Amino acid sequence: MTPVLETRGLCKSFGALTVAENIDFRLEAGARHALIGPNGAGKTTFVNMLTGRLAPSAGRVLLGGEDITRLGQAARVKRGIGRTFQINTLFRNMSVLDNVALGVAERHGTGGRLWQPAMVHERVRKEAHDLLVMLGLEDDAGRRAGDLPYGKQRLVEIAIALGLKPRVLLLDEPAAGVPSIESERILGALDALPGDIAILIIDHDMDLVFRFAQRISVLVQGEVLVEGTPAEIAGNRRVHEVYLGEQRHA
Amino acid sequence: MEAFLSSLVSIAFHGVAYGMILYVISVGLSVTMGLMRFVNLAHGVFAMAGGYILTAGLSRFGLSFPVALTLAFFLVAAGSIVLERLLYARLYSADELEQVLFTIGLIFIAVAVAQIVFGTLQQPVVLPDYIKGQFPLFGRDFPAYRVFLIAFSTAMIAALWFGVERTRWGAMVRAAVDNRAMAQSIGINTRRLFTLTFALGSGLAGLGGALGAEIIAIQPTYPFEHLVYFLIVVSIGGLGSLRGPFIAALLIGVTDTACKYWVPQFGAFFIYVATIGLLLWRPAGLFGRRV
Amino acid sequence: MQAVGYGADPRIRWTEWLPWLAAIAVFFLLPEYLPLGARILVFILFALSLDLVLGYAGVITLGHSAFFGLGAYVAGILSAKFGITDPLLLLAAAALAAGVLGIATGAVILRTHGLTQLMLTLAIAAVCFEIANRATPITGGADGLHGIRIDPIFGAFRFDLFGRTAYVYCLIMLFCGWWLVRRIIYSPFGAALTGIRENEVRMHAIGVPVYRRLVIAYTVSAMLAGVAGALLTQTNQFVGLNVLGFEPSGELLVMLILGGVGRLYGAVVGPLVYLIAQDQLARQFPEYWYLGIGLILVLVVMFARGGILGIIDGLIARFRRPA
Repeated sequence: MTPVLETRGLCKSFGALTVAENIDFRLEAGARHALIGPNGAGKTTFVNMLTGRLAPSAGRVLLGGEDITRLGQAARVKRGIGRTFQINTLFRNMSVLDNVALGVAERHGTGGRLWQPAMVHERVRKEAHDLLVMLGLEDDAGRRAGDLPYGKQRLVEIAIALGLKPRVLLLDEPAAGVPSIESERILGALDALPGDIAILIIDHDMDLVFRFAQRISVLVQGEVLVEGTPAEIAGNRRVHEVYLGEQRHA
Repeated sequence: MEAFLSSLVSIAFHGVAYGMILYVISVGLSVTMGLMRFVNLAHGVFAMAGGYILTAGLSRFGLSFPVALTLAFFLVAAGSIVLERLLYARLYSADELEQVLFTIGLIFIAVAVAQIVFGTLQQPVVLPDYIKGQFPLFGRDFPAYRVFLIAFSTAMIAALWFGVERTRWGAMVRAAVDNRAMAQSIGINTRRLFTLTFALGSGLAGLGGALGAEIIAIQPTYPFEHLVYFLIVVSIGGLGSLRGPFIAALLIGVTDTACKYWVPQFGAFFIYVATIGLLLWRPAGLFGRRV
Repeated sequence: MQAVGYGADPRIRWTEWLPWLAAIAVFFLLPEYLPLGARILVFILFALSLDLVLGYAGVITLGHSAFFGLGAYVAGILSAKFGITDPLLLLAAAALAAGVLGIATGAVILRTHGLTQLMLTLAIAAVCFEIANRATPITGGADGLHGIRIDPIFGAFRFDLFGRTAYVYCLIMLFCGWWLVRRIIYSPFGAALTGIRENEVRMHAIGVPVYRRLVIAYTVSAMLAGVAGALLTQTNQFVGLNVLGFEPSGELLVMLILGGVGRLYGAVVGPLVYLIAQDQLARQFPEYWYLGIGLILVLVVMFARGGILGIIDGLIARFRRPA
């Protein structure tokens, strides 16, 4: 079966520095996949290449079998890639509703309309509102996004991505920086994500990863070290070396 | 043919003199924009201040030329330290629009003050006798002052480049321009570095304004009129670079002189069009690293 | 928080009609100030155009005078040199010319950022200034273009010496422009512009064609500025170099920051306050005028970034706070 998202031989170098080396990666429909690796392994670079923010030095990215390597960010979003950022990248001075509505409207094709007032677009508003309800944010719809506590902002981040109705959702450290009191909220939201979306989580938090992922890829120094089920990864000696070995050398 | 070659030499000569002055004035802007990432449109104010100090020093206070020139450098540098500590430093983290508006405000204030104190007319430059007249070079006569300009500027520029390449200060500047966060984390006191570099850049601007008072007339509208050229030198040369603006300044100096001589009816038209073209081809400037 | 977006009520509040009522009142009560009034109306339109691209889309430009000046000169040249004197036709021509320049320059400079973008806006404005300065046979050069005749509007309303026709004409045109800008701001397009200004990275990541939106906004803004310029020419029956270059761009920025950037009525309050103050104070002490403007600019940036409207907002919020 064609994987929903695939990379073949993906490479990225900045001059002499190689950040990604020959990455072959497959993401199946409905997958719950995690990408882990020590700091500086190249995880965020990989995500940026998937979303089109960064162009690879070599290799290809395929979405549903279609080669999207040459496409820009907006085009990839239209084809079904959504992402969240490691650091909250919201429209801080706009309302929570607007944060989500912008992406929804774009998907509906009405985001560029000059004439009708935005408020009139009932479908967009309703859909944005429903997303907020799904994530428990409906009371904050009218609040300024920047005023929300950090954990809720993280949820808005996810809501924005969901508003794109993506086939593939890339979550870059979704619970990063969230105090533990609020992180259960986020984990609950992740659990409740629609089953037909293929999800890739990039994270350090092993608890989250093992709770959530069905498959795990380990990225070390730009290369995929190993891939497998959580049990396989937990028992893998090389993975232990990479994580624990680093501490010994430090 | 003889006449054509002669005019070529003349244009090259005057163009280089003009370009050098442009560079001495603008290099401070390039370094501080690259270092502090601060859009300082008011840089021309420092050049103007230097010019006023020189002309006033020569004609009103009867100072000698070297003294007036030195004063131009140090007074402007000192003044810039006060401005930087009091005002500029508060806006380092402000967004670009605010920096632009702030520096435009400074220009307005400076222009008004200059007009109130000195009047609207161009300041006359009373050069000492030993620098006036003609200077023979390679069998031709050139204006002595321009020869002095070129020689003096070359010396200043050489000192500056040496300073940036060889001294600790220079190394710190280069590090901080390259990666400020990194520089801070290895213990470089960026605050003091900024102030010092800002002072040096502004002092140089003052010096350039003073030296170039004959070429770039000292009048209250100075910062507005020549802002575009200073910015062109920096944006074509590349922010934070030393060599880039030098090439850019010489190019502009010579091109501007040539255009004014051969096609005066077009004025600065070609320079602006060339700037647009160059920036579209190389948005980071000829030698710049970041946009 | 932004007043635009999907939750913002686009209906015109009654308070928004007050400025128009005031403007109509001025026509009857202060007939000797009508020429100044027309000038204020023109600059409000100019400021609205800049606010669209600077306040809402976040594009910093120092060269908006290029469109203003182009519109002004097109109206002047068509009238003085080609005998086209119908006022509405001249407006249309100015809008078209400014729009063409807007889309041509916008397409090019909106691909750049930072200093390069700023520099390009300056350079383009400088080119326009140089052309107007040097092409003396067409533009009148440094002396400006005289001999501009404007037909009566609709054949009936002649431009009189007291500026009455001009005032009403500018008021109506401003109303159209205001209505257009207001509609754009409250539309999904306006929300997208605000999003671009707030967080361009995010906009790319939600699939918005950022560049295309910016070019459209820039072109619309250019057309409005061009119309404003043409209105000025028609009102004064003269066009000179002072409509081009850094000065009008700089002054407009001051007006906008004074009123409050990124707010519809900042573009109304700013020019109003600035031009009235200039009329009253600058005549006696022109140097002190620029000194004052510079000081206000510095103070506003350091302490009152929202401009006059921002200060008013702050006062209102303080009164509304429970005791």
